[in-house]
Amino acid sequence: MARITMREAISQALMEEMDRDPSVFIMGQEVGVWGGTYAVTKGFYDKYGPERVKDTPIAENAILGGAIGAAMVGQRPVAELMTINFAFSAMDYVVNQAPKLRYMFGGQFDVPLVIRAVGGGGRQLGATHSQTPDAVFAHFPGLVVVSPGTPADAKGLLKSAIRSNDPVLFIEHATMYQVRGEVPEGEYLEPIGKSKIQRPGKDVTIVTYCKGLELSMKAADELAKQGIEVEIVDLRTLRPLDMGPVLESFKKTNRAVVVEEGWKSYGVGAEIVSRIYEEAFDYVDAPILRVAQKEVPLPYNRALEQAALPQVPDIVAAVKEVLK
Amino acid sequence: MAEIINMPKLGFDMAEGVLVRWVRQVGEPIKKGEVLAEIETDKATVEVESHFSGIVLQHLVDPGTSVPVNDPIAVVGAAGEVISNSSLVSAGSKPAATPVSPAEKADTPKTEQPAQSLITNNQSPVVKASPLAKKIAREKGVDLGAVVGTGPGGRIVRRDIEAVISHQSSVVSPVAVPAAAPAADYSTTRLSDEATNTTKLRQAIGRRLVESKTTIPHFYVTHEYKMEALLELRKQVNGYLPESEKLSVNDFIVKAVALALREFPNLNATLQGDKIIRKGQVNVGVAVTVPGGLMTVVVKDTDQKPLRVISSEVKAMAARAREGKVKPEDVDGSTFSTSNLGMYDVEDFIAIINPPEAAILAIASAREVPVVENGQIKAGWRMKATISVDHRVSDGAEAAQFMQALAKYLEEPVRMLV
Repeated sequence: MARITMREAISQALMEEMDRDPSVFIMGQEVGVWGGTYAVTKGFYDKYGPERVKDTPIAENAILGGAIGAAMVGQRPVAELMTINFAFSAMDYVVNQAPKLRYMFGGQFDVPLVIRAVGGGGRQLGATHSQTPDAVFAHFPGLVVVSPGTPADAKGLLKSAIRSNDPVLFIEHATMYQVRGEVPEGEYLEPIGKSKIQRPGKDVTIVTYCKGLELSMKAADELAKQGIEVEIVDLRTLRPLDMGPVLESFKKTNRAVVVEEGWKSYGVGAEIVSRIYEEAFDYVDAPILRVAQKEVPLPYNRALEQAALPQVPDIVAAVKEVLK
Repeated sequence: MAEIINMPKLGFDMAEGVLVRWVRQVGEPIKKGEVLAEIETDKATVEVESHFSGIVLQHLVDPGTSVPVNDPIAVVGAAGEVISNSSLVSAGSKPAATPVSPAEKADTPKTEQPAQSLITNNQSPVVKASPLAKKIAREKGVDLGAVVGTGPGGRIVRRDIEAVISHQSSVVSPVAVPAAAPAADYSTTRLSDEATNTTKLRQAIGRRLVESKTTIPHFYVTHEYKMEALLELRKQVNGYLPESEKLSVNDFIVKAVALALREFPNLNATLQGDKIIRKGQVNVGVAVTVPGGLMTVVVKDTDQKPLRVISSEVKAMAARAREGKVKPEDVDGSTFSTSNLGMYDVEDFIAIINPPEAAILAIASAREVPVVENGQIKAGWRMKATISVDHRVSDGAEAAQFMQALAKYLEEPVRMLV
């Protein structure tokens, strides 16, 4: 198995699917000649040509409106948003059209659309371009929201997303393209809507996804030195949410911390914690804590930005708190 | 207007009381001044009176519950009144509940809820335990009230329940280990060990006397008294009194002690840091055996009261004490204590000082014994008494002189009548 970067894994998935299915095409800003803002589609333009790798104007509603239309008539578009923050410019398409068309038209249309969007902070892109608004999108029934935390999952889940007949928002983290991991070559699918235990442990459960997984793994290494065995459940898909492994783990450890990069209020952690209380109340041995972003617009200043984002010591502290 | 009855403070150092029994049940009428409940404090079981007239609407604590002073224990009000929960929460210091009658609240559902259901969650103190701890406790039959919580804020968590369970099993397991060589059993009946819970009174006695015996340097002086004159006088006086008012030997002794203390104010005192506070009043305490321990009832201004008053007061207080219905003032304020085991044919014994007093007198039996007078052996009535004194307050000489002064009254008892 090759040890490749998240960028290469996503690239591989796209290329494999484009090779496999001629109805798959890419559209977005700078995806073609430039090769993608994060160089994910480098070489695609030369290989597949402008018909299947379309550069678009800076108009997100045009990108998504066009992609939705193409999907409705049988294509499998992969529309790229340079950052997830730009989805707000096309909000109607993301949450009101794509997820509801099949329902509104009585099943006459599927929308086999993938929206690849780059999210997350930490790259000093300022308050409007650094957000992690995953919970906003996961709020809407009909929209599948996937956000992988490992290169293997990125490949397997993106391939599944492209093959899915549901609209999928596929959220990648801006600081994780260089993260390396073992990724199976060739045909490799991961099921959408399945959480996964990424690290087994017995003392406490961390529920997380995407960037939170990377941070939690580091926190778990540190805690292991202190004799605390952390079990990490990676959600991978925010909607539909798979609570199975979360509840299974929690019933074993009875204590949990939820780690997310977005803001705490009304966030993913709030959802997970509520569900644990609803479905495993008799297994709760300590209040479940959330580690999340500080409730401020993300600062540009590097030190302040890092201070506002959840960090490994925050997770370590929260784990120790719930173990009291 | 519903009113809250709080746990009364009966004595300056009372922090909590155990509600022993509800005298008036929910739904029963009660008048101001009538007894609502009995409570047990460190010192005594006492009756709590209602400060209001009305119907007992609600008991807020179960019998056996320990309740901090000033916490609500019951609600008295008009029949059918409904008490809001929030008013009880703030009722700790002020006995002002805010009743809401169903008619006042337009949105109150038609089905009137009985007052009880609205306040039941106030009835028992909340045991802080995690849901998991509660579940395991329920399954394993562990009483959460008996578990010490080690979680944040004293919360009971899984490990605490598991500790209790593993302790239980470890206590039981040695039984399975075969003994080396069991001795032959010759007994026909074998009584097993029996554990009984100590009462609050027993615990209080233990606490106070351990403190007394370990911090006060006691010394003891014993004196033997000639009792013929006193016994003769008692016989004579009792001839004039109805059965219920007859004087006991102890009544004379209490009076004698009080008069002697007037001459020795240093023994009627309290040590306070570097100061000896000689008490202006002479209040002689009399130890009374009660179920579960003993209590000291107090005759106020003993030195100034006639024998018959002392006698009737001690009788009444002792009776209340034995019935567990002593009043706070019965047991408060003694300046010197006495303990009399005369009725048990005791030659002599010593007592432990009852803090914050400086001395205590242990009185033994008056017995007919051979005595030597003018070189002749003859029969005589003698009684020994031993004083225990705080050496920080007084010395042997003073104590001995006190015992001599006491002899003056006990051996010439007419002095007590003038």
